Amino acid sequence: MKMNNNMNYREHTVKPSDRVFTFILYVCMVLIMFLTVYPMWYSVINSLNSASDLAKNGYAYLLPREFTLDSWKSVLKDPEILRAFSITTTRTVLVTFFQTLITAMFAYGFSRSYLRGKKFYSTIGFLSMYLSGGVIAHFILYNTLKIYNTYWVYILPVLFGGFYNVIIFNANYKSIPDTLFESAKIDGASEYRIFFQIVLPLSKAVLSALAIFTAVGIWNDYSATLYYTRSPKLQTLSYYLLAITKSSKAAEELQKTMSVGVAANLANVINQSSNYRTIELACMVMAAMPLIIVYPFLQKFFEKGVMIGSVKG
Amino acid sequence: MVKQAKRKKIGYEFGVQFQLHSMMLPGLLLMILFNIVPLFGLILAFKNYKVTSGIAGIFTSPFYGFQNFKIIFASHDFLNMIENTLGINLIGQLVSIPLTIMLALFINEIPHLGMRNMVKTVTYMPHFISWVVFGTIVINLLTSNGAVNQLLVALGILKEPVVFMAKPQYFWAISIISSLIKEIGWGTILYTAAISGVDTTLYEAAEIDGAGRYRKMWYITLPCIKNTIMIMLIFAVAGIMNNNFDQIYVLQNSFNLERSEVIDTYIYKVGLQQLQFGVASAINIFKSAIALALLFMANFASKKLTDSGLF
Repeated sequence: MKMNNNMNYREHTVKPSDRVFTFILYVCMVLIMFLTVYPMWYSVINSLNSASDLAKNGYAYLLPREFTLDSWKSVLKDPEILRAFSITTTRTVLVTFFQTLITAMFAYGFSRSYLRGKKFYSTIGFLSMYLSGGVIAHFILYNTLKIYNTYWVYILPVLFGGFYNVIIFNANYKSIPDTLFESAKIDGASEYRIFFQIVLPLSKAVLSALAIFTAVGIWNDYSATLYYTRSPKLQTLSYYLLAITKSSKAAEELQKTMSVGVAANLANVINQSSNYRTIELACMVMAAMPLIIVYPFLQKFFEKGVMIGSVKG
Repeated sequence: MVKQAKRKKIGYEFGVQFQLHSMMLPGLLLMILFNIVPLFGLILAFKNYKVTSGIAGIFTSPFYGFQNFKIIFASHDFLNMIENTLGINLIGQLVSIPLTIMLALFINEIPHLGMRNMVKTVTYMPHFISWVVFGTIVINLLTSNGAVNQLLVALGILKEPVVFMAKPQYFWAISIISSLIKEIGWGTILYTAAISGVDTTLYEAAEIDGAGRYRKMWYITLPCIKNTIMIMLIFAVAGIMNNNFDQIYVLQNSFNLERSEVIDTYIYKVGLQQLQFGVASAINIFKSAIALALLFMANFASKKLTDSGLF
């Protein structure tokens, strides 16, 4: 006992080294946080900096040097961006709502011990989880279904959240006490009623976690637009940004390959390309903004969601 | 009589079963239509498919044997593409897995709860931002007049600005470092969960035996989260042929193509831009087969070595 106390005492006396460690630890952590936050800060300030200043002095790195809302005004006036914004928003809302509902309902059926034909469902489920036909097969399928290059290609293929989410829901439903189900059954409640009035309210945590993951994934997705649409009217915000990024790179490539003879135009081109840059940044900040705003409020759900997933995974 | 009694058991009545199956119907149909039906598209790899023949063409077009595979293996892009895929993934995982574990260990050492939560909140954030946005930021940071060049020139490391995005030799590093910054925080989440599950009496016992901070990490924390580490390693090995298309496609340009063309971007180009469906499907099968084989091998090795595996 005495020795134990002694040890404790010794632990406290080594404090200087502890303090040094904590100090270094904090410096490292602040550095890491800076590394993760700075890229975003950088794009915000440069979207608020004037394009001519960017062309003259390069990027601002701490604060905007010549503050202007020009890029933001041109972004918010651009009808194409606004359309992309509304397509992205409606798509995110629709898919998140229906995907969560359909998946949760499927998982409820799947979780019942008295379900007949469970083997059939789990075979289909695991096949769909481990094997994929690839982009080409989906391309042909969407063409056949006539949803290629329509708004539906954003909705229909992702209405079901995948069997992995079913497994997560399933684990969660299993933790609801059986007595609740039994008493509801004795009172004559139908399966639908049990699902909507007992199971859903008791699964709020997992529902919101998975819904958030879906919403973030859909909001950020650009490959559906790239693979399965052609029309500029169907561009999502992410895709629009991708297109700007790719074309402003093209503008820069042009600028690099220009001969000395056309140097007279150089200033003009640089100006235009810088203008492009600041608009690109403003558009980008706009695409990331909703996530950054809601992020702190949703953080605890993310963690919960991953934990639920990791228990099963 | 016995049979009748069985049928009367709660839940097995026709009505209840009907309700359950009707609840599962939308999900089932969607799964069959969008996950199972496309599997037939894999046949394309062995067919001489013409785009004009539509969906029936998958079955009616002539068999081609392994011709599509031969076309890929003979193409001069092939080795280069495999090299880029493996290079970016292998080096990326070798760097990111140890660093992620280290970050998780050190986050765990932060004495103040408030600071710990702040570090978590801030470092998780980039994970939720799309690769288009993050990739665009990376491009803007790396332009000749961007922050990275300004810093390196100011520190005297570089004499004059380098156009990083246009130099193929930098591409692997750019893609590895950018995904490290974006994902390292989020990557710690599973390790942090595992660490918080470690029995605290182990640490107390070690302290009594005079173990310092690093010894506790090495001899207690790491062995205790071994299973989590193994699972992450299995996933990493199985995903070695999969690049992050979203990331690579944003960062790719015609100058760095030599070092940025990976299997996934190649499939997109050959398949959806040049419409060579047979060839693209063949690469896809080649990739998936290797990935599946690697998954089983990694799982087997992990079971032998540490008694823990995925399945």
